[in-house]
Amino acid sequence: MAMLEVNNLKTHFTTQDGVVKAVDGVSYSLEPGETLGIVGESGSGKSVTALSVMQLNPKPPASYPEGEILFEGQNLLTVPEKRMQQIRGNDIAMIFQDPMTSLNPVFTVGNQIREAIRIHQDVSKSEAVQKTVQVLKDVGIANPERRAKEYPHQFSGGMRQRAMIAMALSCNPKVLIADEPTTALDVTIQAQILELMVGLQEKYGTAIVMITHDLGVVSQLADKVMVMYAGRAVERATTDDVFYDPLMPYSWSLLRSLPRLDTAGEVRLLPIKGTPPSLIFLPDGCNFHPRCPFAKGECREVDPALEEKKPGHEAACILSVEEIEASKSRVDQELGVGS
Amino acid sequence: MSEAVTAEGSQTQTIRPRERRLAGFWRRFKRNRLALVGLVIVGIMLLTAALAPLIAPSDPQAQDYALTLQPPGVGGLMGTDSLGGDVFSRVVFGARISLISSLISVGIALLIGVPVGLTAGYFRGIWDEWIVMRVVDSLQAFPFLILALVIAAILGGGLGYAMIAIGIGFIPAFVRITRAQVLTVRSLDYVDAARAIGTGHVGIMLRHVLPNSLPPLLVQTTLAVGYAIIAEATLSFLGLGAEPGQPSWGSMLFQAQSYLTTAWWMAFFPGMAIFFAVLGFNLLGDGVREALDPRTYD
Repeated sequence: MAMLEVNNLKTHFTTQDGVVKAVDGVSYSLEPGETLGIVGESGSGKSVTALSVMQLNPKPPASYPEGEILFEGQNLLTVPEKRMQQIRGNDIAMIFQDPMTSLNPVFTVGNQIREAIRIHQDVSKSEAVQKTVQVLKDVGIANPERRAKEYPHQFSGGMRQRAMIAMALSCNPKVLIADEPTTALDVTIQAQILELMVGLQEKYGTAIVMITHDLGVVSQLADKVMVMYAGRAVERATTDDVFYDPLMPYSWSLLRSLPRLDTAGEVRLLPIKGTPPSLIFLPDGCNFHPRCPFAKGECREVDPALEEKKPGHEAACILSVEEIEASKSRVDQELGVGS
Repeated sequence: MSEAVTAEGSQTQTIRPRERRLAGFWRRFKRNRLALVGLVIVGIMLLTAALAPLIAPSDPQAQDYALTLQPPGVGGLMGTDSLGGDVFSRVVFGARISLISSLISVGIALLIGVPVGLTAGYFRGIWDEWIVMRVVDSLQAFPFLILALVIAAILGGGLGYAMIAIGIGFIPAFVRITRAQVLTVRSLDYVDAARAIGTGHVGIMLRHVLPNSLPPLLVQTTLAVGYAIIAEATLSFLGLGAEPGQPSWGSMLFQAQSYLTTAWWMAFFPGMAIFFAVLGFNLLGDGVREALDPRTYD
């Protein structure tokens, strides 16, 4: 049994304009020590999926009409809030996108990390202080004793994200959910933070769910990838499969819309036309068909389910593998990709 | 030599930021001359109230029928009243009553208003929208003075009940301000982050939401003390607060009513005391607001 298993999760938000199906039937599983990358545009339901696992979506307006989230066999959608508070931080921890605003400005950084430790561990204050200094050291903060006594505004952005990671890892969680942890940071700091996360994962054996719209981050870090579009998983496979042989037109388009070092200057970039669909009024048929470069008439009627196209490689598309490969090379030829 | 320099350097670095923030607050506060005037007035009032027995030349409740209605100069610094009491001594002791009663009534409002506003803003839902806010609305629809009169009429007269009445009258303002601030703070990332490490609701409210909601409450508290002084004087003037013998500024004005044309000093000095006390708290409150306002940071 997987450590974390999400089955057909649906997270809907009731609004005045209608029901927003932010997550509409997503499944994935995570083994200890594994890294799953969840990729997608803004509004594709990545963060809501993560917040659903943490049970941090405000209810109402959020509701979970279907599905289950099994953590070590317990369904997190039905456990009482008190139990959930024990799980949060201790078993499943989360780091957020914006380190600048994720720390409380009125307490010292050390004080906040200590809070996490003392909630979950039966330790004395001085032990908690020691542990705080230790985790700050683990995440590469120089002078941890002194830094622990400082306030968030005395930390730089990269240091704050390190502090957030320290806080998240202070109780050795089994799962770490990182919701775009590097988006707000500049590229050099990004690389450092990712390296840090990989190192800590090796040290503690934490499983990581890495949510990002940055394909570069995923390719470096993830063992497997789930691509999301309009609240659904549209492709699920190992990282290499998704990057070298995407079988869902959306994933392929995402990759074609980015410059690559190995083909720089030879290939025109292919933007994805249009905008993501409204999650209240989804298009008929395949959600992606209005923007799909491979779409045919049938796509307007049939809503494809995620199915195994190749061993261990699932995609949601009515086209067969051969049709997809043919379409890919056709569009590539139009763009002038030498094959 | 170099050791001395680093030692000195690290010393300046170890100034606790909380202290530095306080220092920043004070620096911005003192740039505002009027706020300093307010601070001085409030300071004088506090000292007067604390040291009243040392400042006042005679017992404020003493009466001397041989020396009634003496003008200032002849009958002490501020003259004597219709019962021969020393107006100066009564004004000095009046500072005590004013301060204590206004602090207690604002304390009552804080004690009830802040927790109610905090839970309403944090939990939202039926408690917030259908109970708290509707009760607050109806309390606010009631003119404050009438409300205080009704409460005083039900509970009875006397300074103690006046304080409760004033306190209840202030609750809606504190509920609203707390709630509004909590609504902003609860949606900030660090509140989510705190929940994500497993902090419970009480911990979030007390550690994360409340401390970050304090600045506007601090301003409101200062201003409310000023209003409470007026409210206490008003209720005492109407005979619902301090007893006539007690040296309250309001009841002194009440007593002075019939002598306005013959003994102006009976009304003038307590009136000025009220004026300056309220002015002091208002200036102080405005100064605090400006010093806390991020737009005035440099």
